[in-house]
Amino acid sequence: MEIARPTRLREATEAMAEWPDGLPLAGGTDLMVEINFGHRHPAKVVALRRVGELKEAAAERIGAGVSWRRLEAGPHPALAQIARTVGSPQIRSAGTIGGNLGTASPAGDGLTFVAAANGSVELVSSAGTRSLHWDEFLIGVKRNARRPDEVIAAVTFPSPVPTTQAFAKVGTRNAMVIATVSCCVIRHDGGKFAIALGSVAPTVMRATQAEAYINQESRPSNGAMSELQQIVSQEVRPIDDHRATAAYRRHAAGVLARRLVEGLL
Amino acid sequence: MIIELIVNGEKRAGAVASDESLLTFLREELDLAGSKNACEQGECGSCSVVVDGELVCSCLVMAADAAGSEVLTVEGLAKDQELHPVQEALLAGGGVQCGFCTPGFAVAAAHLFSTDPHPSADDIREALSGNICRCTGYGGILRGLERLAGRDLE
Repeated sequence: MEIARPTRLREATEAMAEWPDGLPLAGGTDLMVEINFGHRHPAKVVALRRVGELKEAAAERIGAGVSWRRLEAGPHPALAQIARTVGSPQIRSAGTIGGNLGTASPAGDGLTFVAAANGSVELVSSAGTRSLHWDEFLIGVKRNARRPDEVIAAVTFPSPVPTTQAFAKVGTRNAMVIATVSCCVIRHDGGKFAIALGSVAPTVMRATQAEAYINQESRPSNGAMSELQQIVSQEVRPIDDHRATAAYRRHAAGVLARRLVEGLL
Repeated sequence: MIIELIVNGEKRAGAVASDESLLTFLREELDLAGSKNACEQGECGSCSVVVDGELVCSCLVMAADAAGSEVLTVEGLAKDQELHPVQEALLAGGGVQCGFCTPGFAVAAAHLFSTDPHPSADDIREALSGNICRCTGYGGILRGLERLAGRDLE
């Protein structure tokens, strides 16, 4: 195995250009599990944890190399809450938001925030920089639209993300479990709700039908909230697996979305 | 390839064959078998070490990516035959049963106390939430460390 250990973004993109089959390595919390279990043995690795530019964090642009431990401190309340419940202290020290994007798991808690905040993914290569809306970047179960020579550099937000945000997830215990259902809700300017859900579809998703319904209601009644819950339960597309049944996930998705929206009214 | 790194304050070098973990490198190349190999997926914490100031699972660090890093393992906690205060606390509290998880708990606890000498009971639980004791000996571990948190480390 060959490894490149760049310290600057430019060196990282040069390494990726030179090694189109090179595997980017961030915190290792996903990739090393695959390696330890013999599912993957990369011939070339580009290790990104020393790249200074990737660790820059601002409210509207979070570098891909920013760890969950750092995100626990803010500035986005829901993202901080997500960060606090990722894995364990050990996982949060190593794991990064860029890694969450790279893995592109349907259960990536951090991705629910990116979706609710209308985030985009900044991809950098020797040829230049492009930005993909989260919805164009996440294309399937553990699949994203990164080209082989690109480095995931940052996640960006189109405008200041309002602090009216909330996150909740359902799982069997607090530490170390992958969520059965996760939900992030942001109340954008003008009172419009964005409702994002994880673990209920091939990628994280926005409950657009539920959003359209609730965003017409200026002062939603109890009945309207019940309707919102129903719509969310209907529009998610979960599967049965070892963590939960699809039916349970539908139910939990509706309950979580309703609870979070109610909390932000 | 040969990598160089600093382990427990000493410069060390060793051969890395492939994509093996830092845990494998520590145990098999450097003969530091204190960090335990159990789950290999970051769930149990028994391989916990400190790399460049961050508490991590050494099974999830690629050894080749640890080149140039500073690593603290359980072997680096005791100084001159004297146990680290958290090791004393685990002994005093009856926090060691089969002992397999103990190195990971000791490193995680030492990391906590290095940043906060007087953590609350909740802080201790939170800091150790990535470490699993399959003997379920948590009571002794927590009691020992809570006692340590209540007094000066001086």
